[in-house]
Amino acid sequence: MIQAGQPHSEPILSVRHLTTRFRTDLGLVTAVDDVSFDIHAGETVGIVGESGCGKTVTSKSIMRLLPERVSRIDPASKIMFRGMNLATASESRMRSVRGDQIAMIFQEPMTSLNPVFRIGWQIEEALKYHTDLNRAQRRQRSIEMLRLVEIPNPERRISEYPHQLSGGMRQRVMIAIALCCEPDILIADEPTTALDVTIQAQILNLMEGLKRKLNTAIMLITHNLGVVAQVCDRVLVMYAGRVIESGTVHDIFHRPQHPYTQALLESIPKRGRREHGKRLPTIPGIVPSLHHLPAGCRFAERCRFRQDQCVDHEPELLETSDGRAYRCFFPITQAPMAPTIGGSDVPA
Amino acid sequence: MWSFILRRLLYNIPVYLGIILLVMVLLRVRNPVYAYLGKNADAKQIEEFEKSFGLKDPFIVQYGRFLWNGIQLDFGESWKYKGTTVREKLLGAIPPSLSITVPALVLTSLLSITVGLLSAFNRGRLLDRLLVIAAVLGMSISFLVYIIFGQFFGAALPRNVFGEDWPLAIVGYGDWYRLSSVDIFGLTIPVPDAMTWVKFCLLPVLISVVVAMGYDTRFYRAVMVEECNRDYIITARAKGATKSKIMFVHMLKNAMIPIITRIMTTLPFLITGSILLEMYFNIPGMGRTLITAITDMDYPMIQGFTAVIALLYILSIILTDVLYALVDPRVRLS
Repeated sequence: MIQAGQPHSEPILSVRHLTTRFRTDLGLVTAVDDVSFDIHAGETVGIVGESGCGKTVTSKSIMRLLPERVSRIDPASKIMFRGMNLATASESRMRSVRGDQIAMIFQEPMTSLNPVFRIGWQIEEALKYHTDLNRAQRRQRSIEMLRLVEIPNPERRISEYPHQLSGGMRQRVMIAIALCCEPDILIADEPTTALDVTIQAQILNLMEGLKRKLNTAIMLITHNLGVVAQVCDRVLVMYAGRVIESGTVHDIFHRPQHPYTQALLESIPKRGRREHGKRLPTIPGIVPSLHHLPAGCRFAERCRFRQDQCVDHEPELLETSDGRAYRCFFPITQAPMAPTIGGSDVPA
Repeated sequence: MWSFILRRLLYNIPVYLGIILLVMVLLRVRNPVYAYLGKNADAKQIEEFEKSFGLKDPFIVQYGRFLWNGIQLDFGESWKYKGTTVREKLLGAIPPSLSITVPALVLTSLLSITVGLLSAFNRGRLLDRLLVIAAVLGMSISFLVYIIFGQFFGAALPRNVFGEDWPLAIVGYGDWYRLSSVDIFGLTIPVPDAMTWVKFCLLPVLISVVVAMGYDTRFYRAVMVEECNRDYIITARAKGATKSKIMFVHMLKNAMIPIITRIMTTLPFLITGSILLEMYFNIPGMGRTLITAITDMDYPMIQGFTAVIALLYILSIILTDVLYALVDPRVRLS
């Protein structure tokens, strides 16, 4: 769908019509609705949106880490990776993909590591599942990995337990675990949300550097547009389970076409632009409940450009020739705002 | 680690002294001698008796003497069984209790941890629901019902049908008490051989396993369900770990703390035994011996037994702390 970025290369991961439903007490809900996107080797794709918009479910669907009992990926969904469809692959097939070809890091470094095993053991575990290295080689490799994620004294750290490390250090360990088998894709689910701002920047820089070094594609899930601006090549904006706009970071930030994207951008505080006595613009209203989705555009209720058509009909995702896509009857065609991106203007 | 253990031991010395103090004070609220000699004893008899057992001395002297003798495992002579020391009674009562409670604890723990893990991992599915219903049913029935039905269907009825060849006896643990024994520290300690164990111990063991299974399964299931929801489980799955690796390596080691606590708190009962079982199956274990001593007003026995039981309790608590430290690295530092 999105061919921007590297239009000539084959995508490494190709998600088509991904639909994931959950069984809840109030009935079936569609948490991810017909989501399609590609990830090419070595690029960083950001998925942004508010809490509950389906970004995490999208990533866990790809890894097939959702609880089987209550969730189901629609059989028409296709998650093509190296010639196999992950949406229907067997559990044992998935196990060989997880941690080896596609790895994942999570939001909460404080709880994501197993508290009762040593750091080294936890890195070596992944190597044990996916490589033929012997014990000594695994140990060597995990020390290398800790050095790669810039943890001082890796030889000593390796025999420490998670509680002896700070949050930032633990996220570095998570990255080391994720990258130790040199995966094609690293899925990072809000990797910096739980960290201090200064540590956030360090972790993002580290991921950026390692991506270059290992040529790993990154799928970055975040609600922080500043992070997106800093590290992503392309962006998917999600709203209530749907992709509502996608394009390159430059396009999305300079020429947003969907009113939701525009409103999101407006609600970033900008240094030097603050008008005294004026509150930061926010988007009125809340995300619609997945149990009671509106018949028309899912954003209509909160949209300042809403027309009657928007309430009655849901717009299709329209692809434009320049590799962008948006889901709106009345896209913003002019360029009303041009926030400078990157650098000091965007909060990290 | 050694300083950790030493510290724990030192902390618990005042606790233990307090327990002994409490026991001795409680036993002297009413003069034990009146209770023992009965209402027909005259003043001279009482006087003599009190003198011979040192009950005339100030309390602090009695306390000190009891402690000093206790360290040497000397708790005096039983009032009821003249010529038998409390120590002999104590050592004789421990093996019968252990031969029931140790196999029962091991079996119950292994079974209920496995069932709890399975149940938690299949949470919400049919298997889990059936197991939970079975556990609740098992808990809801009285211990006494298990004993009576167990005795009837396990021994009494089959003995009627198959005759004396049926391997399980109804009661009469005392039989092998005289049959096989070993000598330790110059004391004759009864130990059952395999056939006598089956005959007299298997039925009570099975009954106590059934009784404890309901509670333990529910407890371990709750522990495992909690572990199932932890973030590290997702991390392990994202690494490519198999289900059994997640259950038996990641989850089990994390669940060890509540498991150890659960098992350790039952350790003192290993020695004291289950009083009900020992009474109904006529097992001369610690529980039954202590109850008998209390009804006989046998004060040296009561003091000696409570002192040993309290000591075992405290030792098991220290052992629990040590095991925590071994399992959970976070405990070791603090």
